[in-house]
Amino acid sequence: MNELPTKSYLNDPKGLKSWLLTLDHKRIGLLYLFSIMAAFALGGIFAMLIRLELLSPGKDFMEADTYNQLFTLHGAIMIFLFIIPSIPAILGNFALPLMIGAKDVAFPRLNLASWYIYILGSAFAVYSMVAGAADTGWTFYTPYSTETTTSVISMTLGAFILGFSSIFTGLNFIVTIHKLRSPGMSWFKMPLFVWGLYATAIIQVLATPVLGITLLLLIIERVAGIGIFDPAMGGDPVLYQHFFWFYSHPAVYIMILPGMGIISELISVFSNKKIFGYKAIAFSSLGIAFVSFLVWGHHMFVSGQSELAAMIFSFLTFFVGIPSGIKVFNWVTTMYRGSISLKTPMLYALSFLFLFTIGGLTGIFLGALSVDVHLHDTYFIVAHFHYVMMGGTVMAFLGGVHYWWPKIWGRMYSELWARISVALIFVGFNVTFFSQFILGSQGMPRRYYNYLDQYQPLHAFSTYGSWILGLGFVIMAVYLVHSLFKGRVAGSNPWGALTFEWTTASPPPHENFATIPETTHGPYDFDKIVPKRTLTED
Amino acid sequence: MAQATGQPHFLQHHFTDVEQQRESAKLGMWIFLITEVLLFGGLFCAYAIYRSWNPDIFHNAHVHLDIFAGTLNTVVLITSSVTMALAIRSMQLGNRPATLKFLITTLLLAAVFLVVKYFEYSHKIHLGQLPGKFYTFGGIEGTNPHIFFSVYFLMTGLHGFHVLAGMGVITWLIVRTQRNAFSAEYYTPVEMTGLYWHLVDLIWIFLFPLFYLVG
Amino acid sequence: MDTTGTIFLPPGQSTISGEVDALFNFILFASILLFLLVVILSGYFVFRYRRRTVPGTTYGKDHNVKLEIAWTVIPTILIIIVFIWGFRTFLKMRVVPKDAIEIKVTGQKWFWSFDYPEGVNTVNELVVPVDKPVKLLMSSKDVIHSFFVPNFRIKMDVLPNRYSITWFEATSAGEYNLFCTEFCGTGHSEMIGRVKVVSEKEYGEWLEATAIPAEGISPVEYGARLYQSKACITCHSVDGSLNTGPTFYKKFGEQEMMADGSSVKVDENYLRESILNPNARVVAGYAPVMPTYQGILKDREIDALIAFIKSLKEDTTANDE
Repeated sequence: MNELPTKSYLNDPKGLKSWLLTLDHKRIGLLYLFSIMAAFALGGIFAMLIRLELLSPGKDFMEADTYNQLFTLHGAIMIFLFIIPSIPAILGNFALPLMIGAKDVAFPRLNLASWYIYILGSAFAVYSMVAGAADTGWTFYTPYSTETTTSVISMTLGAFILGFSSIFTGLNFIVTIHKLRSPGMSWFKMPLFVWGLYATAIIQVLATPVLGITLLLLIIERVAGIGIFDPAMGGDPVLYQHFFWFYSHPAVYIMILPGMGIISELISVFSNKKIFGYKAIAFSSLGIAFVSFLVWGHHMFVSGQSELAAMIFSFLTFFVGIPSGIKVFNWVTTMYRGSISLKTPMLYALSFLFLFTIGGLTGIFLGALSVDVHLHDTYFIVAHFHYVMMGGTVMAFLGGVHYWWPKIWGRMYSELWARISVALIFVGFNVTFFSQFILGSQGMPRRYYNYLDQYQPLHAFSTYGSWILGLGFVIMAVYLVHSLFKGRVAGSNPWGALTFEWTTASPPPHENFATIPETTHGPYDFDKIVPKRTLTED
Repeated sequence: MAQATGQPHFLQHHFTDVEQQRESAKLGMWIFLITEVLLFGGLFCAYAIYRSWNPDIFHNAHVHLDIFAGTLNTVVLITSSVTMALAIRSMQLGNRPATLKFLITTLLLAAVFLVVKYFEYSHKIHLGQLPGKFYTFGGIEGTNPHIFFSVYFLMTGLHGFHVLAGMGVITWLIVRTQRNAFSAEYYTPVEMTGLYWHLVDLIWIFLFPLFYLVG
Repeated sequence: MDTTGTIFLPPGQSTISGEVDALFNFILFASILLFLLVVILSGYFVFRYRRRTVPGTTYGKDHNVKLEIAWTVIPTILIIIVFIWGFRTFLKMRVVPKDAIEIKVTGQKWFWSFDYPEGVNTVNELVVPVDKPVKLLMSSKDVIHSFFVPNFRIKMDVLPNRYSITWFEATSAGEYNLFCTEFCGTGHSEMIGRVKVVSEKEYGEWLEATAIPAEGISPVEYGARLYQSKACITCHSVDGSLNTGPTFYKKFGEQEMMADGSSVKVDENYLRESILNPNARVVAGYAPVMPTYQGILKDREIDALIAFIKSLKEDTTANDE
């Protein structure tokens, strides 16, 4: 029988103040967990409302303006408050120092500050909801965003502040990975999740300042009318789009790269198999990070940029696809001759493989110039984006949450209910979003409050899917909370993994390890080592 | 946290030794400076674009900037960079009074910079050479001359804000130095502030010719 | 090209639609193959190598140069094909044939207006001849819009500070939807027009008939026609139902509360002002979002519209279609 340690980071020291002023990376990860999950729930409710309104054409139960505000809030909250910080700030914060055998991140105070900045930024975003929510879409395109009467300023200011939080996290991780690895852990002995976080952190640090200055310009433009993006005053609204996508395209890799890192961990551990092509996976993360800065123009193929620019951006866009494809093949090959266990985290990893492959392949349609002209700004984009972000990042995130859950709390969740939930989410997701590929290629434009009758059956289908999806998440919330009190005690290494975080107690003590561990083997050497399991298979 | 005996008091618990802590701080600071460069990079980009669209306006408007004030500020800021470097050097040698002296000089020079900037700004505000819809000045040929002043105020404004932030940090350093927080073994905050201050100086060295000289 | 459409694509009815669809279907086919490869392989591995007992050490080979080169090179070749193919068609979309009819398109919140070289102006209805290239010179009066005709596979943003250009050549007569695909506010999803493709003979007749203002019909009938063709219908109902703007139903002669608290009698002069300078006095509860029709409507047309609105005062069965 496993027993919970009497003293862990969870109960030592006690008291609310010790949590709010904590410098422990694990506690900060949990602070992020609670706040980001609140944002996710909010964004999810907005999504359900949007789908409900679209059940039939015309007005169902809300006005057009309300609808426009809802999809803007859904997008802005899901992007800036949920998906960008989700994996790095929650799981990265919790697991990164553990995985490299460090006591903490390099700058614990900066880490705590980043959480407070996140809360401040979120407060502005939430305030904008009560003060006449923005109705611009999460992209805040000018000149619409400088003209509308809604509270664009408080939303963009929120996103601007959240940018600092993201930069601080990225900066912290780069320094931590460079300087705090335990003795013997060379770059190529780092777990692949750490590589994913490293590539992510580089993008966070390099791209976010440009978003910062862009949103700042937008705010100043709105407040003072300086004319930078205003065509009537000699400014250029398309310049805004360039600035915006220079950040926001790399930003989608901020969202997906750490997810890919998690998938590498899950597939290797649950196949009990050495990862195939370690270096290819590690370098393809860096490759994606680099090329991601050169493709922003593919969001503007129909904005009137020159044919030459369109050609270059289209060409480079395809080259972001190659490293992603290589990763998928590596993961599939990793399972070859393994010993595959279909526990919940692995089910999420397999869902990821399935959905992300669809998301990636539909990206090829959008990179092809002539086809993109037809598909641009239709539901095809919406579906593609959700397949990559939700089918990719969110699946990886949920897989990661289930994987590290016993490490975070020391207890297991109900495997049965977790499998029911993953099945509902997988089915619900496909019902909701696959129909949108067809809607889009049939010509249904995005951000439409009302639509022509011919699109009704697929819209209704999509809405039914959203209910299945919602049910899956509700079940998850219930069994996860339940597990905190009643869950089976997990022990230090319930899955039989080889990385450092599984060598210390679950939950870990305040400074992570009794003694700093030394690297004697690779993170996935399942061909040489049989890990000690603290839970038997069932 | 309880420190193992023999560990210096300034070593934080999660670092194994002083060297690791110093190296981490340095790397972190460089990364921070990169984000600063990119922040200004966006604005330099905007400058390049609007200049290439409106070369005549940029030429006609830049003659209204005060080259004397600009040159004076350049000299002031470069000098402050030198005194900042001297402050670090003095701390490395363990000379606390000299460090204090140089830090205070740096702070004063920064203040001089802002005062000169204040006179420049208030003159422009008086004449109505302002960004966007506030532009009321009539003496510049060409369409949309306010664009030049939009870019000018944005860039010098953001730079001025950085000078102000730097002054805050230097003031904190002065207080800490007085309280004997630094020594020849531990002067990382002074060194890091120095890096930041040189960057602020460097950005001005780009702004000055772009606005005042080539326009 | 005239195709009947697939589950994914609506029928293609322009000269370039065939090329676009061919590439779309090629990518679709290649994607399905790749997708099946990934899914079948993973499915097979999951089944074949499922965990039966507590595992010991497993197979340790972690690279295979031939395999890795294959899965890098083959996708690279595929995407280069797709890139070149896509770019070639894209160039055709951008190069306008010399003999194209040039129509000026103006997007504004929330309707499209079209100006023909013959001086004809229409709203939300673009009439073009079949088998003739048509060049669209587009600009916006307010925010960014985007011109999208799914059946023609063309789309182009419509910007406020410059002209953008697109063109198409319809291959079969019929009526097609025209969508705005760049979010532009409250009425974004109502900014739907129709493209009517007619034979060259019908096109000539239509131009002639439309160039001369309607003769021989009453002002009320003419106004009812304008109510639709000039897109009043997008925001104003005639049956009392709520919309972006106040309804026209039983409004004439009534006292209305204004947003600034004053009260105004809805008479001919107020209606005229509201058409030409819409945001001077806005009815309480509505946003000042209506664009001016100065320069779009002629005096005679304004008269007819006012007559039409007047007629809705008593006539509850006015044709609201």
